[in-house]
Parts: sequence; C-alpha cells; structure tokens
Amino acid sequence: METRVIALAGLPNVGKSTVFNRLTGLRQHTGNWTGKTVASARGSFETPRRRCLLVDVPGAYSLSARSAEEQVARDFLLSDEAEAILLVCDAGLLERNLFYALQVLALGKPVLLCVNLMDEARRRGLSLDLPLLSERLGVPVIGLSARKRSSRRLLLDAIDRLFDEPQAERPLPPLPPEGEDRRAQDLRTAALVRGAEAICRSVVRGDPASPAREARIDRIVTGRRLAFPLMLALLALIFYLTVAGANVPSAFLSRWLFALEAPLRRLLTRAQLPAFAAAMLTEGAWRTLSWVVSVMLPPMAIFFPLFTLLEDLGYLPRVAYNLDLPFQRCGACGKQCLTMAMGFGCNAAGVTGCRIIDSGRERLLAILTNSFVPCNGRFPLLIALITMFFAGIGASPLLSSALLTGVVAGSVLLSFAATKLLSSTLLRGESSSYVLELPPYRRPQFGQILLRSLLDRTLKVLGRAAAVAAPAGAALWLLANTQPGGESTLARCAALLDGAGRFFGMDGAILLAFLLGLPANETVLPILLMTYTAQGSLSDPGALADVRAILLANGWTRLTAACVLSFTVLHWPCSTTLLTVKKETGSWGWTALAALLPTAFGLLLCALLAHVIP
Amino acid sequence: MDQELTLCALRPGEQGRVRLLRLTGPMRRRLRELGLIEGAQLCCLGRSPLGDPAAYSLYGAVLALRDRDSRRIVIERREG
Repeated sequence: METRVIALAGLPNVGKSTVFNRLTGLRQHTGNWTGKTVASARGSFETPRRRCLLVDVPGAYSLSARSAEEQVARDFLLSDEAEAILLVCDAGLLERNLFYALQVLALGKPVLLCVNLMDEARRRGLSLDLPLLSERLGVPVIGLSARKRSSRRLLLDAIDRLFDEPQAERPLPPLPPEGEDRRAQDLRTAALVRGAEAICRSVVRGDPASPAREARIDRIVTGRRLAFPLMLALLALIFYLTVAGANVPSAFLSRWLFALEAPLRRLLTRAQLPAFAAAMLTEGAWRTLSWVVSVMLPPMAIFFPLFTLLEDLGYLPRVAYNLDLPFQRCGACGKQCLTMAMGFGCNAAGVTGCRIIDSGRERLLAILTNSFVPCNGRFPLLIALITMFFAGIGASPLLSSALLTGVVAGSVLLSFAATKLLSSTLLRGESSSYVLELPPYRRPQFGQILLRSLLDRTLKVLGRAAAVAAPAGAALWLLANTQPGGESTLARCAALLDGAGRFFGMDGAILLAFLLGLPANETVLPILLMTYTAQGSLSDPGALADVRAILLANGWTRLTAACVLSFTVLHWPCSTTLLTVKKETGSWGWTALAALLPTAFGLLLCALLAHVIP
Repeated sequence: MDQELTLCALRPGEQGRVRLLRLTGPMRRRLRELGLIEGAQLCCLGRSPLGDPAAYSLYGAVLALRDRDSRRIVIERREG
C-alpha cells in the first residue's frame, strides 16, 4: 500500500492536536492555549484505501511569519514532501481562520478543509453553510467535532475522497515576492481579510461576536475584585486535594513496597549473590526506590490531572492576563506566566515550553527563572517539611495546603525579583510587544485528561525519578557502608560540608543530600535520612512521626526546617532541567547561570533566616 | 489639531474602527495576521485586574493588548 504524506495545518488553538490524536491514536499533548505544539509531531494511520503519514505542523497565523515556530510550518507546507494539506478551522471564528486558509489554498496543493468545533459553534447559535463554503473556496469541506469519537470515520472517508478525486484547478494568486515593502504587504493583507470577510458573510448565519457566557465568566475570573483571591483559592484547592488525597495511598504503597523487601532479599540470597551485594540491592536500591515511588506517585497522580484540567478549561491564559503587568514591569513577556505554570509540573518541561516566547531576550529570562517555582519533584519534600514542623502531624490538610500555597506564592514573587534583576543587568531591554489570546472556555475531556496526565506525565516523570533513584540508592548505600578508618564516606563528606551548612542554618548532611540529589530532587530526603541513621540504610518512611524523630535527634529546629524549606525551593535545578537549559540556550554559560541564580537567592535567604531572624 | 483617539482610550463596552496603525516591525505583522488592519472593528471587553493589559474582541476572538501597544493604534469611536 502506498503511503501518502499529509500536513496538518491551521491556526493555533483550533483543535489540530485533537484531530491528530483522533486520527493516529497517539496521545499528543493538547492544551487550551495558543502555541502548544513546539515541534512537529508525526503519526501514521490507515484509511480504508491507503496508509497515511500525518505531520502536525505548529499552529501559525500566516505563511509570511518569522518566528521559529511559524517558519517550521511554512517550510513544511511549501516542501514537496507534503502531498496534501488537512486544514483545520474553528467554526466559531471562521473569518479569522479563512484569512489563513486563503493563504494555504494559494499554495496549490490538494486541501481538505475541516471546520472543527461545530458543536461549540452550534451552542453559540451559529449555523454554517458548508456546501456553499466548499463552492466558494473550490476545495472539499467537512464539518467536524473532533472531540467526538464518530469524527474519525468522517475524516478517513474524506481523506480517501481527497486522493481519489483530483481537485479542480484553482486560480492561484502569485506568491508574495521576498522583501516586499510594508505598503504592499498591508494592501495584500487587506485584500485577503476582505476576501475572508465576504465569504464569511455569505456562509455564516448568526452573530459570531464573543459569546455572553465567556464575557460573564471573564468578568469574574479577571475582575478587579475577585481575580486574585480566586487564583489563590484555586491554587490552594489543588494543593489541598493533593495533600489530603495523597496521604492514604502513600502509606499503603509504602507498607506494601517495604513488605516486599524481605522476600526480595531471600530471592537474591538463594541466587547465590554475596551477602554484601544482596544488602546493597535491597537496603540501598530497593528501599530508595520504594521511598520515591510511595512518596511521589500519589501526589503526582492527583496533581497532574487537576492541573491538566485547568489547562483544558482555558483558565491558564486568564492567569497570564491577570498577571501581565508585573511581567511587563520586569521587562518580560507575559507568556512567561504560562511557562512558569508548566514549571509547577516539571521544570524541564517548563524550560522547553519557553519556545513559545518569540523574543530571544525574553525567552532567556523565562528559561533562567523557571526553576524558581517548585516542581512536582520538590512538592513532596515541601509538604513533608510543612506537615512535620509547621502544621503538625495529624493536623488538618487545610493548614498544610494553606502554608504550601503561601510558599508557592512567595516563590512566584521571588521569580519576579530574579526576572527584574536579570532584565536590569545581564539581559537589559524593554519588553517587546505581544498579543495574548484568550481562547473560549472549553468543556474538558475528562477521560482524555486522566489518560494523558497519567500516561504522559505521571508515569514519565515517575519513570525518570525511579531510574535515577535505584542506582543512586545503591551508590549511597555503598558510601554509607564503606568505612575506611572507622567512619563512613557519607559521614566524612557530611562533616566536610558541616561548617558551610551551619552558616546557612542547615548542616553538612543536608547540603550533601541536596548535592547528591542533583539527578532527582525526590531523593533529597531519603539521602538525608540515610546519612543521619547510623545503620546506613533507610528506615520505613511511612510514618512521618519517625522521620521527624530522626530529624529532631539530629538537632533540627523549626529554623532548620524553614531554611531547608527555602533551599528546597531555591537551589540548583535537577540535572535533567540543566541539560534542557543547555539544549535550549546552546550555552554552558547560561546553563551555569540557571544553576547559580536560584542557588544564590536560596543561600541569601537561608543566611538571612539563620542570622537575622533569631 | 484634533485630539486623536487611540485604542487604549476605549472603555469597556465601547467599539471602535481602526484608522491607523502606528506600529512597525514584528508587532505590525503579528496584528495584521490576526486581522487587525486599518478598517477592522474592535470592541473593548474589559481590563485586567491590575489595569493593564485590556481585552478586545476582533472577529469574535478575544485578544489582550498592552497599553503601550494599543496607544499606537488610532481609532474612531463607533456607536454600538
């Protein structure tokens, strides 16, 4: 069977990724904000008659665009590789979409126009005469609600027809010459816009103006009085659900995984492994792994879907809208708010997400300050510290989540400070112009959210943490149990760092744990406990009371906890994030700064806490 | 000389038609791509809680523009 290559094109946020998933079954990550596809994704599928390769090109506004992302779209659409174009439009915003569609049609390739989000448009009282649209444009047109399963059949048949029945020749306007002057560009654009306007007038019945529902919600969500309380309340609610919901499954997982240790050890011993190696694998690798899984999995499995829900709803661009002024004052791009929000999930993902920012200077600002907000790998440690030393073990999760919200709000303020510092020193400059789109609110696809956030995010992040945790656990056990001269290597290193640690309100073991936790922040607390407990292996982490007892026995006070809390939020990002920064900036210098900047802030804060407050 | 009316002076609920774009470079291109050209009709929907940016509807889509940009878009008021 022949394979045909089809390009998937369209404006940002019209449901291209949903169409892609519907056709290929791949779960490409979709989100309700503009500019989500940062690199082109490919997936194959079969129609009744042929095999097709679908290439999802980034959402672009026009074919004359210059941003790196739009360049990709343009180049691919122009290339010979793309045999046909599947052009997705938003039924509710047909005029604006047609403006782009007319440019794509001018390329002369076979085009199938999918007018998506028909259900949404119908709800808004719009009706579209699709046969007339097809006649006016000279290409086949299908109406679609890509979120419905039944849309797949419709798409497959239309694609087969597209290849079976060659399209009639369309009169093509000449491609614009390179280096066309501004006046000519303006005129050509005006002609396109008027063309789109005229077609729309005859095709669309109803008022396409922004619907009353959106306006009503936006008046509250972005209103002067309620916007900020609502943002904080939502954040606190997410944390509350995470903290309250994670306790029971965490304890269950921990009991279950630790109970497996003894049988595992027996198995290893029976396999003729030396006692030394068996101990390293069970007390080192297995225990650290169990710790990381039981402490991380439940909060992530709750946090990620909740967060994806907000993304799908279209709430995040509203947050960016509310918070734009501070970013503007810091000389940064308002979209930095979106990449910061991605950082709550995973800083490495946040750094990659910075590609949605066009200006190089503003992209660097966003990359360098991304790890100021704590990621999912650090939340469990923050929650544990808050519960043990500030809210109290057994206290209501309400208090813990309120305190955590406070810590997170503080980290956002500090990221503003760092952005301001950078933009008035190393990365001096005015913030450039930008347009933020506020997409219509969409009903989230709950099934997809669960699947996507569990498979794509939770398991991926957990897999990475686990892959690091097991070998790290084994290595640590080795360090803790090799005793040249009567003292373990781990204890020796901790003693070496003790002076510095104490100066910053912590101790040597804590600093060492943060250093050794570089590959994965999730391992900081298990490493610390391994250093503290003389037997050289982790104790059962299920009971926070036991952990607290160990920490107290090693001289911890509330002040120590406050310093560790600060340093957890503000220290070097994990190695994955650092490598991502290197990849995105192409420079070890910026990568070093991405590590030094939060560390400097953190050390300063700890020194202040340790020396000024008492 | 007449007092010039710019987009950022539009109050929530008011409508206007673009007369002149005083923007150049990438921003002009970006706005053009969104259909914000001379003759386009806009309606101010509201302001961000901190006062800047403001949200405008254009062809049914909602865009937020910072005041420093919307100040450079000359409009004429339209009765809506």
